[in-house]
Amino acid sequence: MTNKTLAELSKDLETGSVSSVELTEDSLKRIEKNHSNLNAFITITSEMALQQAKLADNRRREGNATPLTGIPIAHKDIFCTKGIKTTCGSRMLDNFIAPYDATVVTKLNAAGTVLVGKTNMDEFAMGSSNETSYYGPVKNPWDLKAVPGGSSGGSTAAVAAGLVTGATGTDTGGSIRQPAAFCGITGIKPSYGRVSRYGMIAFASSLDQAGPLAQTAEDCALLLQAMAGYDEKDSTCVNKPVPDYRAALSNSIKGLKIGLPKEFFGEGLNKDVEKATREAIRVLEGLGATFKEVHLPNTHLSIPVYYVIAPAECSSNLARFDGVRYGYRCENPKNLEDLYKRSRGEGFGAEVKRRILIGTYVLSAGYYDAYYLHAQKVRRLISQDYENNFKEVDVILGPTTPTPAFNIGEKTTDPIAMYLSDIYTCGINLAGLPGLSMPGGFVNNRPIGIQLIGNYFEEAKLLNIAHQFQQATDWHKIETRPQNVDGVGLINPKGDSK
Amino acid sequence: MSISLEAIARIAHLARLPNENTRESHALQDDLNRIVKMVDQITEANTKGISPMAHPLDMSQPLRTDEVTDLNERDLLIKLSSKEEAGLYLVPKVIE
Repeated sequence: MTNKTLAELSKDLETGSVSSVELTEDSLKRIEKNHSNLNAFITITSEMALQQAKLADNRRREGNATPLTGIPIAHKDIFCTKGIKTTCGSRMLDNFIAPYDATVVTKLNAAGTVLVGKTNMDEFAMGSSNETSYYGPVKNPWDLKAVPGGSSGGSTAAVAAGLVTGATGTDTGGSIRQPAAFCGITGIKPSYGRVSRYGMIAFASSLDQAGPLAQTAEDCALLLQAMAGYDEKDSTCVNKPVPDYRAALSNSIKGLKIGLPKEFFGEGLNKDVEKATREAIRVLEGLGATFKEVHLPNTHLSIPVYYVIAPAECSSNLARFDGVRYGYRCENPKNLEDLYKRSRGEGFGAEVKRRILIGTYVLSAGYYDAYYLHAQKVRRLISQDYENNFKEVDVILGPTTPTPAFNIGEKTTDPIAMYLSDIYTCGINLAGLPGLSMPGGFVNNRPIGIQLIGNYFEEAKLLNIAHQFQQATDWHKIETRPQNVDGVGLINPKGDSK
Repeated sequence: MSISLEAIARIAHLARLPNENTRESHALQDDLNRIVKMVDQITEANTKGISPMAHPLDMSQPLRTDEVTDLNERDLLIKLSSKEEAGLYLVPKVIE
């Protein structure tokens, strides 16, 4: 069986050895075959995908193609897609057909990608396991008893199982990086403001950021190139030129200074995950990078700060779901208050309601200063920890998660245990820095990820390091792809699909 | 600081969420109290002289020229509601 990355398929499309229609048909076949196994998709857009594929093939014949033209991709169901159901993994939006496209969708459409479907996710992006979705949990393609991670679990599982070679995700506390680690693929959360949030259903507006999920750093670079850039429709989007991410991949990393936070290698880190991370360090040393211990002394406060700020912002953002203008409306409301309360009570799941309540509490009179305002100050301390270290090192490295993927159902009754899986990732969102997870090995036959954290707008550097690491290792390669899922294999219309 | 059932009822009303039935209320109270106990750790940090960080890049809202740029899409958008009539959203009577 031939195994291909997005970059390789792009080359095949360019040489004409495959057409977009063939790739799309193959992708749709694989998605259908694995639908009940993985539950990675909420909506499959077959008809539209085939129409887009035909247009992509025409565009290529006319000589107007980009590297992404004709490539089947999936969008996390948090991105508004015009005329297509957009649910955010929630009963609240089960009947919502988006009237417009998110900027991320518009940009990837303009590049000529083919949308095969909208992927499953934790409800309103609140979760770390894809178990809070109204549409049921997603399974990890490596081990169907395991979670894929969350909240971008569907997009991640779809890429890891070879149903698509690229997908979009979002990351508020780790929701691209943590599932990428759990499913053995590459994912990057760009700097805050790098990618437009217009049309991306808001969870926590000062933390949310969109990013790509794909097998390799090179594939992520191709996707991010199209996704990134200024958008005047998002007032938090930064007007800064987008560098050529692909061109930067081949830079040498000799002399690169990498910091290893003491706090990321302490209590709570699984010993085998640590071993795999230290092996990754050895590989990078072999490529010429140097390492030194650094300190992020407020790491232990990142989860508490995150679980004040994110719920506070979510309680505000989700106030728009009131049953009146769109979304779920309860039957026979007695009065306006009943309409609001029952629509929201019936439309939202338990985790979403928990976070709205926490957020409302920390913003309420008498508690605002002690919780929300104080958390914002501690947020600055966490950000300053990173700022201080970037005076001494170029990037920071550590494990993406303290353990490999846990089992479905293992942490659903203990919210705190679930929240702690984001211990190494959520501080990066608080600081607004870019973070990438790349495959770094296996523990108990489940993938683990290595996280790279960069300074503001240094996505190119992170992708470069990951690409160089992936030239020297095999963890990202399709040959290691799981074979335990029916019909799983990479998109290969000419060869055998297992 | 622990949250009483009365406080949960008050917060639920502020958030326009229903107050759960008794059995679910106690489970919710346990969950919320555990979360609050966890977030209480932030009080150990010394933030003297530190200003709050609302935006990770400390940016403020950019301004633009005061001119109309949005289209009137009322007919398109009103179709998203499950209860509308003559271009208006229908809700239960609010004026007694």
